[in-house]
Amino acid sequence: MLHEFIQLLSGWTSLDTAIAASAALTAMSCALPGAWLVLRRHSMMGDALSHAALPGVVLAFLFAVGIKQAGWVSDSQEGALLHVLLFSGAVVVGVGTAWLTEWVQRLGRMESGASLGVVFTSVFALGLLLIRLKADDVHIDVSCVLFGIIETAALDMVPGTSVPEPVLVNGVIFAVNLLLVVLFYKELKIAAFDPALATSLGIPARGIHYGLMAVTALTVVAAFTTVGSILVIGLLIIPAATALLLSERLKAVLLLSVLIAGASAVLGHAFTLTLPRMIFSRLGYDSIEDAGTAGMMSVTAGGLFVAALFLAPKHGIIARLVHRLRLGMNIAGDDVLGLLYRFEERTATRPPAVSVPDLAAKQNGISRWLMSLSVRRLLRGGFVIRQASDELRLTDRGRASAKSLVRAHRLWEAYMARHFDLPDDHLHETADRVEHFIDEGIQDRLQAELDTPAKDPHGKIIPEKPASR
Amino acid sequence: MTESTALPVPAETHAVEHPLSSPLSIHDMTVAYHRRPVIWDVDYDAPTGQLIAIVGPNGAGKSTLIKAVLDLVPKVSGEVRVFGLPYAKQRSRVAYVPQRTSVDWDFPVSAQDVVAMGLYRRLGWCRPVTKKWRKKAREALDRVGLADFARRQISQLSGGQQQRVFLARALVQEADLYLMDEPFAGVDAATERAILHVLQDLRSTGKTALVVHHDLQTVSDYFDHVLLLNMRLIAAGPTTEVFTDENLRRTYGGRLALLDQVGTRLAEGQR
Repeated sequence: MLHEFIQLLSGWTSLDTAIAASAALTAMSCALPGAWLVLRRHSMMGDALSHAALPGVVLAFLFAVGIKQAGWVSDSQEGALLHVLLFSGAVVVGVGTAWLTEWVQRLGRMESGASLGVVFTSVFALGLLLIRLKADDVHIDVSCVLFGIIETAALDMVPGTSVPEPVLVNGVIFAVNLLLVVLFYKELKIAAFDPALATSLGIPARGIHYGLMAVTALTVVAAFTTVGSILVIGLLIIPAATALLLSERLKAVLLLSVLIAGASAVLGHAFTLTLPRMIFSRLGYDSIEDAGTAGMMSVTAGGLFVAALFLAPKHGIIARLVHRLRLGMNIAGDDVLGLLYRFEERTATRPPAVSVPDLAAKQNGISRWLMSLSVRRLLRGGFVIRQASDELRLTDRGRASAKSLVRAHRLWEAYMARHFDLPDDHLHETADRVEHFIDEGIQDRLQAELDTPAKDPHGKIIPEKPASR
Repeated sequence: MTESTALPVPAETHAVEHPLSSPLSIHDMTVAYHRRPVIWDVDYDAPTGQLIAIVGPNGAGKSTLIKAVLDLVPKVSGEVRVFGLPYAKQRSRVAYVPQRTSVDWDFPVSAQDVVAMGLYRRLGWCRPVTKKWRKKAREALDRVGLADFARRQISQLSGGQQQRVFLARALVQEADLYLMDEPFAGVDAATERAILHVLQDLRSTGKTALVVHHDLQTVSDYFDHVLLLNMRLIAAGPTTEVFTDENLRRTYGGRLALLDQVGTRLAEGQR
């Protein structure tokens, strides 16, 4: 299968490079403002801006055609004019949407989600109407604006060079965004984390908010020709959401967002060339129509997000499962030690041995395999030894460990008996849960607070602190 | 807009009434949300070098008072002077500790990063936080007993530790007036001691602190002065004189029905 993958990739041409580069720069330029949106809990604003930008884009096209028809610019200047109009329109849209949303929110006294919903859907619909009205004259393809056609966009070269136009446009936007984040890193950070403090220090948090909205809209509009207004939302949000799963350092989150975005784009294009063919040939189809890179990029980004969800070092699902399993095993091991210790206590003359099935029967609530797994761990660690006929006995090491545990248990019972008005038979269960988390430091503090009690509320002796380990 | 919403106070009024030396002079300040007054006509001069508690029931306008002083919410009328000048000219002499719940503690920054934010004004635009400033931030963390937590991500701190991080951020500003919104709310015993220690430290160096405080039991022990607030200023002065049963009854004995009603009319009438 890998062989087939590589073979299909060997058909990679310079056009593929152009497409991948356009896609990567688009994704990377979106990842930076997108990360700040996610950090500020304004992810919906990305959704709103990309939709609200539509009428701005259509109007820019209309003006450009109008100006050209009036004969004010030559054909060669038309492209430059269009870009100027597009980007100034984007800034108006960004600031306008942010302002309109706040206005609707305040005047309508509604939550921000509702006011965003009102603003961006109406404005987006207006854009669609404008396209329908003028589509014939102006050559705007609805599906192109919504979904982008990166494959044809990458064919347009910057006049006089062999640089694809999207590479230049999105590359410049990426560079500008990068520069802004580096220059205003500290201001963006404080305005995102604590806008009230920023304002009281004289740092204009509101101004920074509007600036971010303008930059986001500009970036989104630049991404329209490559990925369109729907998929761009994913490029704004998914890389940052993934990065936040992987790191707790702001600089790392920003850097990872950009890297993940770039990787999604390049991998996305590689998958476009390979996966659909590999899947469909197995299903018996000889040929397929070209799959879109823009779509595959977002799917790849989503796939990376799911991978991070599982594999993230600290909060990933697998890491948490491992942690829980380890905790369960520690608790089961503790329980075995505690049981053996209590057996010894009851028959002081000759320390008895306990069989593993006995343990499992005593300790309901813990599955048998977890129990035998933890017993194996105790054996390996030298806490218990196994004697003939499958019986367990504490070693000196195990006894010291068990003592500390039982001490924690009984100190906690004594502590609860003093501060809670509960019958004595209610204490054991809680202490059983808590004992695993009471280390020696807390044991000492409990002991001090209780004036070194000799016995627990049930009259059992609280073991003394082990001399030293 | 009615005339009363932005009526400037004649210059000679405050010149006569408010001594330049007062860290905080509030003159006839009214603050409204959606045109409904939350605090009415507060007149107050804070004494220098004292710990001052702002005490009152929920909805009394305690936080609003602080926010209005800091220009975070607009004033309907009245004016505020900080060491004799408007707040906008005295930002470097004032430090603000917002309520702990006002920010997102999952934000990916460390305790030291948050403390360093208190320095951003002094650093100026576009200047990075360099070694020298990071050292200052760590010193402030040390003062609140969190020296070992500088690199810790803030979501991994306890509520009390987060509160101390906020306090350290205010300390690093090296201000003369500290405005704190419920720093003692929901904190552990160690944090309570640490905050109190810092407050006493500030007082001994001549600083002034206004602290929104909710625990009536400790007001007399912790604070020299008290400001009793319930939509209006009930009483203000030395704790021994002002923190009396009679004044507390007036503060907590329910809202003034007519004040409420007229406030509602203002809100509805000026829609």
